[in-house]
Amino acid sequence: MLLSFLLILSVVLLAVGAYGIVAPRYPEGSHRVYATTLVICTVFLLLTAGYLAVRPQAFSLTLPFGLPWLGMHFRLDALSAFFLVVVNLGGAVASLFALGYGRHERAPERVLPFFPAFLAGMNLVLLADDAFSFLFAWEFMSLGSWALVMAHHRDPANARAGYLYLVMACFGTLALLLAFGLLAGPDGGYNFAAMRGNQMTPGLSALVLALALLGAGSKAGLVPLHVWLPLAHPAAPSHVSALMSGVMTKVAVYGFIRIVFDLLGEPVLWWWGGVVLAVGGITAVLGVLYALMQHDLKRLLAYHTVENIGIIFIGLGLALAFQANLMYFNAALALTAALFHVLNHSVFKSLLFLGTGAVLAATGERDMERLGGLIHPMPWTALAFLIGSAAISALPPLNGFVSEWLTFQAILISPELPQWFLKFLVPAVGALLALSAALAAACFVKAFGITFLGRPRSPVAAQARETDRYSLTAMFVLAGLCLVAGILPGLVIDGLAPVVGLLNGGARLASQHSQPWLTLVPVGPLKSSYNGLLLLLFMVLSAAVAAWLIHRFASDATRRGPAWDCGFPETSPMTQYTAGSFAQPIRRVFGSIVFQARERITMPPPGDQKSARLEVELHDPIWERLYEPLAGAVVMISTRFNYLQYLTIRHYLSLVFGALILLLLGMVLWR
Amino acid sequence: MHSLAFDIAHALAGSMVVLSFLLLYQDRVYALLNVFALHSLALALAVGWQAYLQDAHHLYVTAVVALLFKAIAIPTALHRIVRRLDIHRTLEVVGGVGRDMLAGAALVALAIMVMLPVTEGSNALARQDLAFALAVVLLGLLLMVNRHNAISLVIGFMSLENGLVLAAAGALGMPLVVEISVAFSVLIALIVIGVFLFRIRERFDSVDMQAMDTFREGRRK
Repeated sequence: MLLSFLLILSVVLLAVGAYGIVAPRYPEGSHRVYATTLVICTVFLLLTAGYLAVRPQAFSLTLPFGLPWLGMHFRLDALSAFFLVVVNLGGAVASLFALGYGRHERAPERVLPFFPAFLAGMNLVLLADDAFSFLFAWEFMSLGSWALVMAHHRDPANARAGYLYLVMACFGTLALLLAFGLLAGPDGGYNFAAMRGNQMTPGLSALVLALALLGAGSKAGLVPLHVWLPLAHPAAPSHVSALMSGVMTKVAVYGFIRIVFDLLGEPVLWWWGGVVLAVGGITAVLGVLYALMQHDLKRLLAYHTVENIGIIFIGLGLALAFQANLMYFNAALALTAALFHVLNHSVFKSLLFLGTGAVLAATGERDMERLGGLIHPMPWTALAFLIGSAAISALPPLNGFVSEWLTFQAILISPELPQWFLKFLVPAVGALLALSAALAAACFVKAFGITFLGRPRSPVAAQARETDRYSLTAMFVLAGLCLVAGILPGLVIDGLAPVVGLLNGGARLASQHSQPWLTLVPVGPLKSSYNGLLLLLFMVLSAAVAAWLIHRFASDATRRGPAWDCGFPETSPMTQYTAGSFAQPIRRVFGSIVFQARERITMPPPGDQKSARLEVELHDPIWERLYEPLAGAVVMISTRFNYLQYLTIRHYLSLVFGALILLLLGMVLWR
Repeated sequence: MHSLAFDIAHALAGSMVVLSFLLLYQDRVYALLNVFALHSLALALAVGWQAYLQDAHHLYVTAVVALLFKAIAIPTALHRIVRRLDIHRTLEVVGGVGRDMLAGAALVALAIMVMLPVTEGSNALARQDLAFALAVVLLGLLLMVNRHNAISLVIGFMSLENGLVLAAAGALGMPLVVEISVAFSVLIALIVIGVFLFRIRERFDSVDMQAMDTFREGRRK
């Protein structure tokens, strides 16, 4: 009943997309589309959250269309319900934001039809229960988001981003298709129930894992498959960027979890966890390093998504390693951490993208070097962005801290693993995680500080106005969620318990809401605990006391004086700290190795009127070492075979003939 | 009686393979056309015999279609075209007859080796028919690969199609609609090819494919 209602809602979303084709003709069309998606996503959200809250049992449904002998299977269980909550929370907030932001859209006819369709695609991926419907919805989602990336296709950078995205999406779907083919086995059991029952040899299982990592990883943005992501996510309109970065990457994570934890089943080998852990750790650090080198606000956020996906995969890798050693309690901790981070990242990354959208709407700029001082004209946006930045930098008492802390708890109990390789690998990954958390903080000090503090660096930044009410409401809903999930993590963890139990053979974390004073005790009372409420109280009290002391003992007179200017009485905003100068120390420490960063200073000789120049040269190691040779090889091979285009009819016939004979011979010999 | 019926079917299908061999080394256009007409006649008889054996009435239609179109209409039309193109006296250089025969024999062996293990379990008649049909298809392809003349290509293509019809008749139950539409598509192919032949002839003064290839080479450079 519930499931069929959800499916009907998805179909209604598609119908809204169809209305979106004609909507731009009406003055209120854009409003109507976004208001409808807002309502639908909210209903979806409430229903699935309610389903998670009461002890859920799985519903399934088979529709008689789709592949003739297969039909379309749909299923709602705790895992898909959790991800539905994530998707529709993002969808609802993005729709709310778009009610205001949509007015700034230059080409609404290229956004309105695809936005609801994109949402419907993501919801259907989560509900699918056979390989065909899964891949169909997955491609629907990919193409919907591709169309949104191409909304402003006249910009050559966007066209390139769209092309790269399309290529990578095809590659990812191919990998998933092969993975499902292996899972289905020789009998072709393409529905998920049959796949769960299949027994596979360890070699084939490992191949499925690798294909799932490639397929889901290319959509989620695992290094080195992330290259399309920082180009495509910023190219879309900002509320869509929020959905792509905050939500669609989570659908990819869902795909990985569904295949590896649910369909693949037993036995789990310990080195799988090692592989996933290593990939996750490298992704986390490289993602944040890339982000630090960016001065384009949206691209910075997109690279930062790569980092967070790395953190989620670290949690998943740990869970695999624990499950392989039958330590289900520890695996439950790691899984809880990963899923919690899925929720958190979708909340604060959406918040930050929406904040960027507000800035973009107010100034028309994404380049941080041309922004600055926005806290004065846009105080509320600045506050929301600050909360998001603090949350993503894992500062207590916000939600980002809780999930990263849980991940660290899972890392800290890893010495219980029997394999020596993992005993060494996990602490190394922990070090990478700690490094990336610290770098993330630096990254968001830069993002917030350069954008909102200081003085405006361009006239457009000086003339910015606060954004509209809808957008502010959307941002503050998310900011409030950051705070609530940080202070009451026990509620979220209890909500995740059925999901973890489903993936983990029934083992889950102990119920947290029964703990006194909302304390979080993941492992045991003797090991470690966290109380967000206490921390918040302490912060509020100490801040209040400090404020009181300052006001009590300091002078009340306001004195305005010149800012300290390093001894240069030059008042141009160009003399301020810039994004580039903020990133310089980190560029010197890490960039010289990872990005082969070189700085060149050109000083004109005394008496010359030319200005001095500082040139920075950065190389993208993955693009240059992996993708350029690959593209070169493809070009070389196709040039080599180009003569096949100019053969005579007889030669073509001979080729067909020869191929047929070879295949028949192969058939004879193989039998 | 049963074994006699089987033998007749076997002989008719086998005769098609033999006629395919004959096609391979005909170096004069008229001879090629005549052998093709025989090939189609053998097909009509084979399909008719299958219709009688299987008591399948629609196969009679197939046989009649094969007889009317392939054994009579198409060869007559091609005869006319050849005369109007004035190429009935040209000789086509066919590679060594021995070489072609050996290659053909190898293809037949391949067809049998592929088909017999695959169709294990179905009745002997269908198995033989399928093996022969595959052999006819392969020989038709060999003919197409071997020849330069456009008319020979057409004949190769049509003999290949005969092989397909034989397979369909043996395999119990290709629907009549499909069969008729295939026959018509072949007829239309003939018309199109005929028109093209004249156009090619106008442009190049020849229907030899090599002439066209040299022309294309010239344009590519």
